[in-house]
Amino acid sequence: MAEAQGGRSLVVDAVTHRYPSGALAVENINLDIKGGEIIALLGPSGCGKTTLLRIIAGFIAQSQGRIIIGDDIVDALPPNKRAVGIVFQNYALFPHLSISENVGYGLAARGVDKATRQREAQRLLELVQLPTMSERLPRQLSGGQQQRVALARALAIKPSILLLDEPFAALDKNLRLDMQIEIKRLQRVSGITTLIVTHDQEEALSMADRVAVLSHGKLEQFGTPSDIYDRPQTLFVNTFVGSSNRMPGVVISADRSAAKVRLDAGAEIIARPAAGTLTEGGRVTVCIRPEHLQFVGDESGFAGVVGMSLPLGATVVHEVTTADGFGVKVSQARIGETRALESGAAVRLAPLAPALANAFPATL
Amino acid sequence: MGAAPASRDVTSYGMGLAVPLALFFLVFFVAPLLQLLWLSLHNDTAGLHWGLGQYLHFLTDPFSLSVLGSTLLLGAEVTAVCLVLGFPIAWLYQRVGPKLQTVIILIVLLPLLTSVVVRTFAWIVILGRQGIINATLQSLGMIDTPLKLLYTQFGVVIALAQVQMPLMTLPLITALGRIDPNLDDASCSLGAGSWRTFFRVVLPLSLPGIIAGCTLTYAAAITAFITQSLIGGGQMLFMPMYLYQQASTLQNWPFASAISIIFLLAVLAVVSVFTTLGRLSRGYGGA
Repeated sequence: MAEAQGGRSLVVDAVTHRYPSGALAVENINLDIKGGEIIALLGPSGCGKTTLLRIIAGFIAQSQGRIIIGDDIVDALPPNKRAVGIVFQNYALFPHLSISENVGYGLAARGVDKATRQREAQRLLELVQLPTMSERLPRQLSGGQQQRVALARALAIKPSILLLDEPFAALDKNLRLDMQIEIKRLQRVSGITTLIVTHDQEEALSMADRVAVLSHGKLEQFGTPSDIYDRPQTLFVNTFVGSSNRMPGVVISADRSAAKVRLDAGAEIIARPAAGTLTEGGRVTVCIRPEHLQFVGDESGFAGVVGMSLPLGATVVHEVTTADGFGVKVSQARIGETRALESGAAVRLAPLAPALANAFPATL
Repeated sequence: MGAAPASRDVTSYGMGLAVPLALFFLVFFVAPLLQLLWLSLHNDTAGLHWGLGQYLHFLTDPFSLSVLGSTLLLGAEVTAVCLVLGFPIAWLYQRVGPKLQTVIILIVLLPLLTSVVVRTFAWIVILGRQGIINATLQSLGMIDTPLKLLYTQFGVVIALAQVQMPLMTLPLITALGRIDPNLDDASCSLGAGSWRTFFRVVLPLSLPGIIAGCTLTYAAAITAFITQSLIGGGQMLFMPMYLYQQASTLQNWPFASAISIIFLLAVLAVVSVFTTLGRLSRGYGGA
């Protein structure tokens, strides 16, 4: 069963792409991906992640920069010579061909004889756990099954890189988790370097070894899921991945590892300077995640008034309005009997620990 | 609430609205057709003696059969030319920007906006002895004597193909537009070149459009009285003109009726072959 292609490395070297209109689709993207890694390209729609995927696949010729697969610069190769496997968002199975013919399509294009093709298709269908479907037509399969076929079809050409375009967007929630596990399993078995394009942060964080966050065509951060979540380098990453409260403040003192910030809401807190040193007296935006705020009984922290409490199962989220009029969300784990706070109750809030807030220079 | 009558389907409309059209068809289509059939079953022009003589005459007369044969062949040739020339236009339409799409659709539809007579006379100007083609070739010194283009099978096929082109192109544009563009990319990423993609993916998936286009073009080409007669001239005889001569000039109504019925059946046979092919290929298009 094990496919020992051994993943090839993929380097996206200073790639910039302009639309014919002159607008930038992606700007100076650098990604150094090791063989066998799973990488997620994460960003909101229109951030350029699909353009980048199409550049790697060869459907779009980038304006500047290089794509290097293994030791080869592939920029001059058309898509059908790149051996890049793609699973499309809508699967793009050939509706008039049987499942077996779909999976064997790439082999037929390589001139493999029919018997070998069928044997190989059957082997791959067993790999994706659909051994009995080979004679059916795509429309007779469910969405999840179609996706497995699309995956088998992409794997059949023994690709050096596997690209997945929003692979789970069309699946319902329960099936999505099954397929995420399935794809991760197949990727581990085959060791193929895999790139997943997604706008779903949970998907990116749970599946990928490293995540590249894109916004407006620029690479915001490229790092492990915990880097992205715990040590975001930009305000965009901090607010796009997970939820965050943004609170304005002024730097009182700062060094490389910590900054003392006076929040406009009325408390002094210690925050992590996200990108380099902050200047004393400068305005900053402090991001604190809802789960990193707590209610305190003493006079520390800042004051607020409870607006609404939402019990969300494992957690309770409270919406609190601060003295300077900002809405702040506080997430409380439901331990024992968590009392629901009444609307209008006066409370005080403080960070759970000093380094959990991130401070970014305020942009005007 | 309460128990409403269960069988009342609120989405169905009364058939009453269809009555005017049904009456219209009954009076102006079904009745004349039956009259035609009735006429054709008479052995003499006066319509006094019943019999299958007119049919026997047609089916045993080599001349009549050759007219039928050349008409059906003409339809096949026109359909083939339209398919070969129309497919690339439809294919192009799906691959250009919206502005060019407007231009292409205008070019495709423009012939429909001019009268068939005008278009046919334009072809006479183009194909004639002193027409545009001959004049150009002669002034370039490529030919000494004018080519005979008008009043030939070639001329009729070309003119008819131009006249009937929209009937082929429009269904093809629709069929190609239904093909998921990702299939092209998928085929390409799996290592297939553009010809393999065309023959294994695009062509099979556009079959419903090809069949619809062929049916329409064929039916229109073999019944195109004006273009056939004007471009074909006196030397070339096709079924519509044959029919016209028998009915109008020779006043042989029973024989003309029999020709109509035979022609109708021949066309129906060809169309039903196309339709059967269409049904067989339906497995492709859907999804």
